[in-house]
Amino acid sequence: MRVLAAMSGGVDSAVAAALAVDAGHDVTGVHLALSPDRQTLRSGARGCCSVEDAHDARRVADELGIPFYVWDLAERFTEDVVDDFVAEYAAGRTPNPCLRCNEKIKFTAVLDRALALGFDAVVTGHHARLADGELRRSVDAAKDQSYVLGVLTAEQLAGARFPLGSMTKERVRAIAAERGFAVATKPDSHDICFIPDGDTRGFLTRRLGAQPGPVVDAATGATVGTHEGTHGFTVGQRRGLGIAVGDQRPRYVLSIEPVTRTVTVGTAELTGVARVRTAPPTWTGPVPELPLRAQVQLRAHSAAVACTVTAGADGGLVVDLDEAQRGVAPGQSAVLYAPDRARGDLVLGQGTVAG
Amino acid sequence: MTYLDHAATTPVLPEVLSAMTEQWARVGNASSLHASGRAARRDAEQSRERLAEALGARPSEVLFTGGGTESDNLAVKGLFWARREADSRRRRLVVSPAEHHAVLDSAEWLAKHEGAEVTWLHLEPTGRVTPEALADALGDGSDVAMASVMWANNEIGTVSDVAALADVAHAVGVPLHTDAVQAVGQVPVDFSASGVDALTMTGHKLGGPMGAGALLLRRDAECTPLLHGGGQERDVRSGTLDVPAIVGLAVAATTAVASRVERAARLAALRDRLVAGVLEQVPDAQLNGAPLDDVLAGGPGRLPGNAHLSFPGAEGDALLMLLDARGIECSTGSACSAGVARPSHVLTAVGAEADRARSSLRFSLGSTSTDADVDALLAVIAPVVERARRAGRGR
Ligand SMILES: Cc1ncc(COP(=O)(O)O)c(C=O)c1O
Repeated sequence: MRVLAAMSGGVDSAVAAALAVDAGHDVTGVHLALSPDRQTLRSGARGCCSVEDAHDARRVADELGIPFYVWDLAERFTEDVVDDFVAEYAAGRTPNPCLRCNEKIKFTAVLDRALALGFDAVVTGHHARLADGELRRSVDAAKDQSYVLGVLTAEQLAGARFPLGSMTKERVRAIAAERGFAVATKPDSHDICFIPDGDTRGFLTRRLGAQPGPVVDAATGATVGTHEGTHGFTVGQRRGLGIAVGDQRPRYVLSIEPVTRTVTVGTAELTGVARVRTAPPTWTGPVPELPLRAQVQLRAHSAAVACTVTAGADGGLVVDLDEAQRGVAPGQSAVLYAPDRARGDLVLGQGTVAG
Repeated sequence: MTYLDHAATTPVLPEVLSAMTEQWARVGNASSLHASGRAARRDAEQSRERLAEALGARPSEVLFTGGGTESDNLAVKGLFWARREADSRRRRLVVSPAEHHAVLDSAEWLAKHEGAEVTWLHLEPTGRVTPEALADALGDGSDVAMASVMWANNEIGTVSDVAALADVAHAVGVPLHTDAVQAVGQVPVDFSASGVDALTMTGHKLGGPMGAGALLLRRDAECTPLLHGGGQERDVRSGTLDVPAIVGLAVAATTAVASRVERAARLAALRDRLVAGVLEQVPDAQLNGAPLDDVLAGGPGRLPGNAHLSFPGAEGDALLMLLDARGIECSTGSACSAGVARPSHVLTAVGAEADRARSSLRFSLGSTSTDADVDALLAVIAPVVERARRAGRGR
């Protein structure tokens, strides 16, 4: 099989490419240049597409003896991921750019181009299991990335290979070390690659400018503070609200209203959400019959909770949670799983949380 | 493996390899006073004389450097600084926009950090700089530090009439530098006859070693050094002479120049067959640069081993990858060090539309090229272009 290995310069994609070579595939490496003005050297542990990262990826490709190219996808990434990220925040929602990147860049732009160029599949270093068209959680629960892949369709998954799903991160690093890859000890990248300093609020303020508005307490309707832009907030957020309330009880963001720029806050007992509505869903496989008993994960790093899924009026889903959850933010994905201890929880599909 | 990328680098000639191996087995710093030093110095100076003779220069006009990039930097920055120091009004650099990045980026660096101002020369659609365009840009020359126009372009192979350009520059008292990296050994190059003040050449494009080159610099040209130290090379380029590299460079240059006429005729014939074959297989492909049979001042107007073609609707890097997978090595002519393919700045400078600039490939022939290489390309080019076109432009 001819496969294209997406190589970020990190340890995961390096080992994934190596395993594809071991499996006897005809492998070509490709590094995606996603930033329009690439830094020469990595700054911090977060970025992933500096020239130095491209060099790290090329080093591994050269050791593996496979062809290696850099694809410039900066323009598409800027439009489909970065601009979308900013627009979502401006609309009072909390997007997940990694999920968007998988959906639009890795498994649309790259996969389409790979297939057109005669490749059979795209290999990535994602921690998720994929066999017989079924996407499941990684055996390494702490590193599992099935949440940010939950948006992929059966057609996209048919062109994807995730060789790392059945091993732990520790094992990945051990394989890299055994092979003498210089990236074996390279730190994991975190958070958002296009915000290398990790200051999301600062990034959004630079893009959107200051847009002051009131912070209102839900119980009293009183204005308890002001803010410099709703993009600084996420539903469920507790820290950095900059408010003064009479009692000492902590407040959480309950909702964000972009038109009047109102951030509504309230005490803990008001934060629970038991019913989540989503936009029309995508499915990783056959469309399941509704109503459906399943588990739903509502954020990248939260536990899945039991739920019942029914059809909403507008083509979306209605997800009734067995237990109310705090911090259900519009814009995040509600990823549905069918629990399976033995083979790994099966990803069914997802819908974007409406609101 | 079909190697069609001789303009990137070309195999080391066997006689170069043996001359260099012999040198590496010896000890001796050419600046030392003892017998070993004297022997090294004799070999270096013999090489200087041979190189000078092959290129129509005087031995004292040959400054050995670490290659084409260094020679270009030294010429642009060194002439700029020396000329501005002599007269502070001379801030302007007159440069062709189709230059190699070693010249372009040196000029832009001077503009950013040293108060220089760059005037970009107008190019013919073929990429050629005409004497009229240069005269226009120079004006009365009083505010110009130096001008730089390459002898032959590394991407599209277009040759400019450097002697005529030197006349124009000298008429207003401006020194002219020319990057002749691609020209030496391909077209007749005579430093004295050309009249230019400084000329860049490098070893690895003519069968010599990488990291070895020379700047030919007229004795009356003032040039501020970039490297200070032991005062070697007329005090313009300090550093212990790399004698094996210098010997290899001289052997390569003399051999390439001596065999030029016969090799050029052979490569031009091969190249013509390559272009005709590609155009037959892919009728809407476009040849970039000067016509294949272009003649300029009695010599070829296009490098004999250069074929540069655009394949509208396909992306250069997709074509490159598909050919690479089939064992055919060529270039988009424009990959930067980070490996990201960019539209060719040369095609952009001659006014080509974006699609033409993004869809181009350079095939370049050299001493080891054969009919079989051309046949190998012609056997796969049509399906490769079709596939790349199907893959679209990524957006
Ligand atoms: C026209 C031209 N100038 C300068 C250079 C740089 O020469 P070098 O590789 O010796 O630094 C090259 C080759 O890469 C070239 O083609």
